[in-house]
Amino acid sequence: MVNSSVVNISTKDDIMTAELLGEIDHHTARSMRESIDAALVVSRPILLNLNFKNVKFMDSSGIGLIMGRFKLVSSLGGKLKVINIPKRFERIIKLSGLGVLGVLEKV
Amino acid sequence: MSLNKLDNEINEMNLSFPSRSCNESFARAAIAAFVAQLDPTIDELTDIKTAVSEAVTNCIAHGYQNEIGVIYISTKIMFNGKIIIKIKDKGVGIDDVKQAMEPLFTTGGSERSGLGFAVMQSFMDKVRVSSNKEKGTIVTFEKSIIRSSNRTKNI
Repeated sequence: MVNSSVVNISTKDDIMTAELLGEIDHHTARSMRESIDAALVVSRPILLNLNFKNVKFMDSSGIGLIMGRFKLVSSLGGKLKVINIPKRFERIIKLSGLGVLGVLEKV
Repeated sequence: MSLNKLDNEINEMNLSFPSRSCNESFARAAIAAFVAQLDPTIDELTDIKTAVSEAVTNCIAHGYQNEIGVIYISTKIMFNGKIIIKIKDKGVGIDDVKQAMEPLFTTGGSERSGLGFAVMQSFMDKVRVSSNKEKGTIVTFEKSIIRSSNRTKNI
């Protein structure tokens, strides 16, 4: 179903990668956030990669998800990178001003 | 219905559903399926889905923040290829619409970006918001679908 968004989390050598799958909205962002934050607090990686490769849709909840993880990772002394951002999200990301955080992988 | 309205409006769809967050994806998919008869581009469809998602999220997270209420959506397709979408709640209303529409303003806590209205305004041609305290909020979108010849003939 369109609503079944999940996140696959893997950690290797202090680097955590969270692969977001499906659609990110106010509803699905909640469970994604909870899964990622639980893993972050346990592993305290030096780098968290948020992989957007298989995100099919996102509204501003996706921006909120990135901003919230940026704050948490920074407070734990790590860094955030947002990778494999599909071209179709360029407009919403540009609108958000997220670029100033320096976390976006160059497309 | 007046003759004039019949001239202008060629199709209409009305929808109501409870303000449960699992219905956000349903709402945008339903509107997208309805407007698909105009043969929009993928980008136009994504713009509409994103704006609808933002407005429905506002109804759920703000309008009906402490209760489950009913969200009403009406979608009209006009003869000239314009789509008019009204998204209504009977929730708490917005104190200050002008302030609510400013980018980055949010009452929704640290996980909300405050970008909802900015996204709606950027992705749709026109956005109107009317709100009354304790009565609710209506957000109206207009967007014209760029026609590749006679698409409406199929409707």
